[in-house]
Amino acid sequence: MERITIDPITRLEGHGKIEIFLDDKGNVENAYLQIPELRGFEQFSVGRPAEEMPRITNRICGVCPEAHHMAATKALDALFGVEPSSVVKKLRELFYSAFYVTDHTVHFYALGGPDFVLGPDSNPAERNILGVIHKVGVDIGKQVIECRKRNHEVIKMLGGRGIHPVAGLPGGWSKAMSKEDQKIIHDYAKQNVEFGLFSLKLFDDVVLANQAYVDLIVSDIFTHHTYYMGTVDEDNHINFYDGLIRVVGPDGKERVKYPSKDYAKHIAERVEPWSYLKFPYLKDVGWKGFVDGPDSGVYCATPLSRLNAADGMATPKAQEHYERFYETLGSKKENGRYTPVHHRLATHWARLIELLYAAERMLELVEDPEITDPNVRQIVTSTPTEGIGSVEAPRGTLTHHYKTDENGILTDVNLIVGTTNNYAPIAMSIKKAAEGLIKGGKVSEGLLNTIEMAFRNYDPCMSCATHSLPGQMPLEIQIKGADGKLLETRSQYIG
Amino acid sequence: MGAKEKPKLAMYWGAACGGCEISVLNIQENILTVDEVFDIAFFPCIADFKVKDLESYPDGYIDLCLFNGAIRNSENEEMAHLLRKKSKVLVAYGSCAYEGCIPALSNLTTKEATFEKVYINNPSIDNPDKTFPQEITEVEEGELTLPHFYNTVKSLDQVVDVDYYLPGCPPEPPQIWAVLQVVVGALLEGQPLPPAGAVIGAGTTAVCDECDREKKEKLIDRFYRPYEILPDPDQCLLEQGLICMGIATRGGCGALCPSVGMGCRGCYGPLEGVDDQGGKMLSAVASVINAGDETMDEDELEHVIQEAIDTIPDPAGTFYRFSMAHSILRRVKNGKGDS
Repeated sequence: MERITIDPITRLEGHGKIEIFLDDKGNVENAYLQIPELRGFEQFSVGRPAEEMPRITNRICGVCPEAHHMAATKALDALFGVEPSSVVKKLRELFYSAFYVTDHTVHFYALGGPDFVLGPDSNPAERNILGVIHKVGVDIGKQVIECRKRNHEVIKMLGGRGIHPVAGLPGGWSKAMSKEDQKIIHDYAKQNVEFGLFSLKLFDDVVLANQAYVDLIVSDIFTHHTYYMGTVDEDNHINFYDGLIRVVGPDGKERVKYPSKDYAKHIAERVEPWSYLKFPYLKDVGWKGFVDGPDSGVYCATPLSRLNAADGMATPKAQEHYERFYETLGSKKENGRYTPVHHRLATHWARLIELLYAAERMLELVEDPEITDPNVRQIVTSTPTEGIGSVEAPRGTLTHHYKTDENGILTDVNLIVGTTNNYAPIAMSIKKAAEGLIKGGKVSEGLLNTIEMAFRNYDPCMSCATHSLPGQMPLEIQIKGADGKLLETRSQYIG
Repeated sequence: MGAKEKPKLAMYWGAACGGCEISVLNIQENILTVDEVFDIAFFPCIADFKVKDLESYPDGYIDLCLFNGAIRNSENEEMAHLLRKKSKVLVAYGSCAYEGCIPALSNLTTKEATFEKVYINNPSIDNPDKTFPQEITEVEEGELTLPHFYNTVKSLDQVVDVDYYLPGCPPEPPQIWAVLQVVVGALLEGQPLPPAGAVIGAGTTAVCDECDREKKEKLIDRFYRPYEILPDPDQCLLEQGLICMGIATRGGCGALCPSVGMGCRGCYGPLEGVDDQGGKMLSAVASVINAGDETMDEDELEHVIQEAIDTIPDPAGTFYRFSMAHSILRRVKNGKGDS
């Protein structure tokens, strides 16, 4: 049996490796996505004071530390049974919205965008952020850098540090916002809304106006019919900071809607001996292996999933684009809501709609007269026991679950991290791409790129690390004979 | 190196979060200068070089290697050895590589307990057969392998020789840029490099010296958790009874955490000339306790100090939050060796 090894695809909680096995006819027998690293936060956090968790767990990921910081802070609210004041909730959501704008911007322009803006068949030497800038103009490149810079500044202003923020407290936030800061952030939020609209226009002009790209988006090779998860507000609109977790089936019907404290009733995690990362699935549907369809508990938690799980967007401009998204991709309206879009590459478009929503939400929050209220800390005297908190991380629903002794020292910690939700769907997408491109032992030229595109749309944390500025995905395929002898090596161009 | 050949730069991660890579991007437009000055020789984050490319380089081919992340498993260690061999100057970049950082809190527990918690004993697990990840798994189609997970997290200099240490979790962008300028000056203009083994890209005094909060030499009776009081916005946090590691921590960050009302947790590592940050913090903490007057005998004094120190939860995990691997403590013994 031949095998193809792609190593490293690098970090999720560490690095990643793809192993593809071919059968006697040279077709794909199976494909494995292995995550060879574990750091063990769930165990080494035990014994630590619970209030330190926002500052410990943000070190799970330096790409999205804000998400861990926020999930941990919300878990502390629940643990101590304290309700944050209205200004605290708004400040946290404002901070979180700025984070979403920068995170989604980086993904679209530096990571996912090059596939579309330049096209999947373009010269790999050009298929990176610099190529994007060459094609769409230097001014746009500057705008991207500016967008990242101003939102990181907001994160530092409100959270204390540009990477690994520190401001989260049980029921509070360590720093109030000054009127001066409000003015600056207001200006930035307006720029973000413009930038969000501009990015969607760019997507229109470059991607949707090109029939070949639209065909690619709706092609079967990038399509899976799974369950979808996302957090919604009381109107079933997307919310990143708070709400109920809603799961819809492949047919779009609501399967369940629950508060994050009930997560363990609905989610279970499977262990495979060949990976350090676990595979979450919907408990009541059950684990049926790496397959899609209504009988498989595999679910997806991405921008596309959030759009599918919601009834719409909470802000007007994003709502317009939400409707256009479903109308364009042939979704029907059933009982007042659109049926899901299953095309994984549409996740890039969904991400831009979320970017616009985050920008609009940021503007609403910073204009709120209450936002500069200085009373952001409160004294907490309750005895902690157990608390669960969740947010929508850009890469999926993020849940932190803590138990403590009466002194607030952690005794148990469980974490279901954004990208982890999508581990099974990503593995399935890789397999499907490989199946489509490896026939009779012949490896199509487009294999590397197609496999990249198949998993890059999920924006797994490993893609942030492997494919950021000005990057080219470090992929190499070794084709080995049954005796383990190397027959052929193909590698991606060096960016 | 030929006259026109650019110096070679590498950056690699061990057990890390990716924040160190992001910190490099956060030098903003200066990243373009880095791109002009250096040729990238190995940098999985941004460029497609493979381990076999690295293996093919002559020894010492890479002029500057920034290694971030701790040594958590066999793969991290193998890569550290390979990069040491191929690099003229190897920098332990960021707290993980320098001193173990957050991942090294794992040295307060064991590999067995970690596996038990992650794969067996948690509320969302479905693992009736008690499956653990295996270094070798026979699947239907063939064999799959994983690296060996160590019992003890190590700093980079515990597995290879390190030339310089660049502290911070992550390092602050202006400090990173300053270091890169020094290295570029040395490589291109022959300016001297700092002495081997130096801590670079950081201050030489404590975080307190960069902090705007006012110190009044006030003594305290007990310590508070951050949610137990509403701290005065202008006074020293430690003197208000909130644990702040600034007094035992090397400066260079600009006292970011205390400036937003949160105590320093020590991510820039021990002070110049101090090996053990936790030990230093313990004596610093003892010195701010109001132990009573001179008439007390030694036992009584010790008792009062101990009572106040007992109000600090988890001193080991707090005082060694970032420096566990590199500390005198290094790990809690479990009698099972340390790899």
